[in-house]
Amino acid sequence: MRNQSIRTAVTLAAATSLLALAACTTDPSVTEDPGGSAAASPEATEQEWFDQALYDEQFEQRTADFVGDPEKPYLQYIAGEMKDTSDLAVEGAQKVCFANASISNPWRQTGWITMNQQLKVLQDSGVISEMETRDAKDNDNTQIADIDYFIKEGNCDAFIISPNSTAALTPAVERACDTGKPVVVFDRGVETDCATTFIHPIGGFAWGIDSATFLSERLQEGDKVVALRILPGVDVLEHRWAAAEKIFTENGIEATDYFTGADPTEIKKIISDELATGDVQGIWMDAGDGAVAAIEAFEDAGKDLPVMTGEDEMSFLRKWKETGIDALAPVYSNFQWRTPLLALEKIFKGEEVPAEWVLPQEPIPADELDQWLELNEGMPDGHYAKFGGEDLPGYPEVWQERQMP
Amino acid sequence: MSRTLTPSDRSAVLQQNRAGRGERFLRALRTPGGAVFVLLVALLAAIIAVNPSFGEPDSFIRFIGRTAPIAIAAIGQYFVIVSGEFDLSMGSVVTMQVITAGNLIGDDDAKVIPVLLLMFALGAFIGLVNGLVTTLLRVPSFIVTLGMMLALLGLVLFWTGGAAQGNPADSFRQIGRGGIEGVPVLGVIPYPVIILAAVAALAFWLMRRPYGRTLIAAGDNPTAAALTGAPVWWVKTRAFMLSSLAATVSGILLVGYAGVHPSVGRGYEFTAITAVVLGGVVLGGGRGWVLSAAAGAFALESLFTLLNFVGVQSTWRDSVQGAIIIVAVAAAAKTWQRKRKGTAAPAQEAQPPKKAKQSEHHNGTTAR
Repeated sequence: MRNQSIRTAVTLAAATSLLALAACTTDPSVTEDPGGSAAASPEATEQEWFDQALYDEQFEQRTADFVGDPEKPYLQYIAGEMKDTSDLAVEGAQKVCFANASISNPWRQTGWITMNQQLKVLQDSGVISEMETRDAKDNDNTQIADIDYFIKEGNCDAFIISPNSTAALTPAVERACDTGKPVVVFDRGVETDCATTFIHPIGGFAWGIDSATFLSERLQEGDKVVALRILPGVDVLEHRWAAAEKIFTENGIEATDYFTGADPTEIKKIISDELATGDVQGIWMDAGDGAVAAIEAFEDAGKDLPVMTGEDEMSFLRKWKETGIDALAPVYSNFQWRTPLLALEKIFKGEEVPAEWVLPQEPIPADELDQWLELNEGMPDGHYAKFGGEDLPGYPEVWQERQMP
Repeated sequence: MSRTLTPSDRSAVLQQNRAGRGERFLRALRTPGGAVFVLLVALLAAIIAVNPSFGEPDSFIRFIGRTAPIAIAAIGQYFVIVSGEFDLSMGSVVTMQVITAGNLIGDDDAKVIPVLLLMFALGAFIGLVNGLVTTLLRVPSFIVTLGMMLALLGLVLFWTGGAAQGNPADSFRQIGRGGIEGVPVLGVIPYPVIILAAVAALAFWLMRRPYGRTLIAAGDNPTAAALTGAPVWWVKTRAFMLSSLAATVSGILLVGYAGVHPSVGRGYEFTAITAVVLGGVVLGGGRGWVLSAAAGAFALESLFTLLNFVGVQSTWRDSVQGAIIIVAVAAAAKTWQRKRKGTAAPAQEAQPPKKAKQSEHHNGTTAR
């Protein structure tokens, strides 16, 4: 019994805090939402990722001329500084080591399939003996360990690195450069230009500009856009939103952003709640994964379908066609997964490569929709229309079956 | 734990149990299991105050529909928690079932029924393994189900590579997405609402059957329950099977509601445990109502919806959930304890020899 008073006190404290928790959420003074976007994404994040110079550069690059055959967009690049690789020229088949961030989303899986088919071609032509791959499973530490393993024990003749995150992987990439072997970085960037070449499509700002401009042209001032974002902290994704948010603000469009983790349950809940609060005229996505769930939320609520930007993932393109919505599919060129191996082929021959290899990145507008659907008929929902592997062996079965090594 | 009732106590207990309906109702509301209903009503009222259109019948019924999967999971988790164990594998079972449906059914309507049966068999089997390892091998359920969670997650990762596959046939998805159209006032009754009602009724009935009574006794004091001749190992194993089967039903509804994605079901075990705890069910077993667990799920989802409506960042969600677990466990444990001490005080003075735990049973009836 001696603990009775203490227990009562604890109970009271606990009960009070529970009440306080409930009370503070019902406080009517917090119900006035002071500009949705400000509440959902702190000012600091925006300034951290927005880069006016990069924005302007990518704005220009969207309409730039690309060097090379338009039939082979994975080899095209914007004219610029070239890197002389004559001292890296070698004879015979080489061993390539690939430190991959992950294959945990359909975009990376599609690219991974394409890359392996490209590898077969280069193995047959005697350029590459083998490719040893380590999958970091979205973990920075794992990938750093993978790269260090390659350097020390991999017996690698060249490195391909698809970094998991920008800052954390920089030192490891530098260590790979110090070996004097060719280093090819692609997709996400790192904070060093020591790599032989850095391959990427134009970039996140271009995506944001294309998509947000499309929505702004179709919507009125004061209209509501819900922005569905996968996760924070990845440069290529943050840049997409940074550019889009700027354009929405300039056009007086009210945009609220949410992180969904690409979980369709989350996406549906978010949209249902938004539709219960008021009408939503537009959906902006930083990646197409989950786009179908977003459209379904409108269907289930019996509301008018929104103007929308998704991605060139087949599930979205098919739903777009089926519902006839007004949409645009921004593209983060999936064919870039072929380019690192082809770049190594050039490097092994001692041919010069662009120091920064900027690949084309063109969205799919409504008038090209049928064409892309037809080209990718029979492909699974997680396939990306601009995967660029139509001329590789195994097409189309390997992509249809999603055969991954 | 071991004490008997003096005649005067017994009459007090009887009087308490024979009190008028109104009084019993009010008394029930003061227990944690009853208070969650008050909390739920308060949260719903707050949401409607913030956003009146939420209270319209058709949006409200949809809210119930979309909360059904987590409420069903909470009901399943209740069986395990009230028997004194944990089921951490629940979220992974949901994910695995979602992926199973996506991969095996595809666009073939004819496969819907066989795959559904397979999924239930799979769910029951996982529960059986969890239960048998916990009860017969005496590995703490926390460890068993944690192991099961990781094993299933690994399997899903191996199967999918971590990315979404195509959605299964629409006929299958209708279970979680469709409903009875053209209902007056409501407009539509989503199938998940009907399924939730059925599951809740079944669970309510089961807890009033000898099985339910034995389950609570086994959670409260397994040794005493075993001494009365109850097969504690089998009672608890069935609780694990009920939990995995509930997760399977949630998974089926989620495939319809959301679609196939390896992230569906992520964190479900913790949301379900939070809901059960918020429903006043005591961790460690032996106390709590099954429908309060379902109400806990609704209160939790309402709270998240409210936070969403008032513009609180969704990144706060996990912190809120964590705070709720701690506060609710503290509040529930202390309240039950005080209740027990209060009624048991006269009996304790008598210091009786060890006997059956009658007083527990009697005084518990109002609380269950």
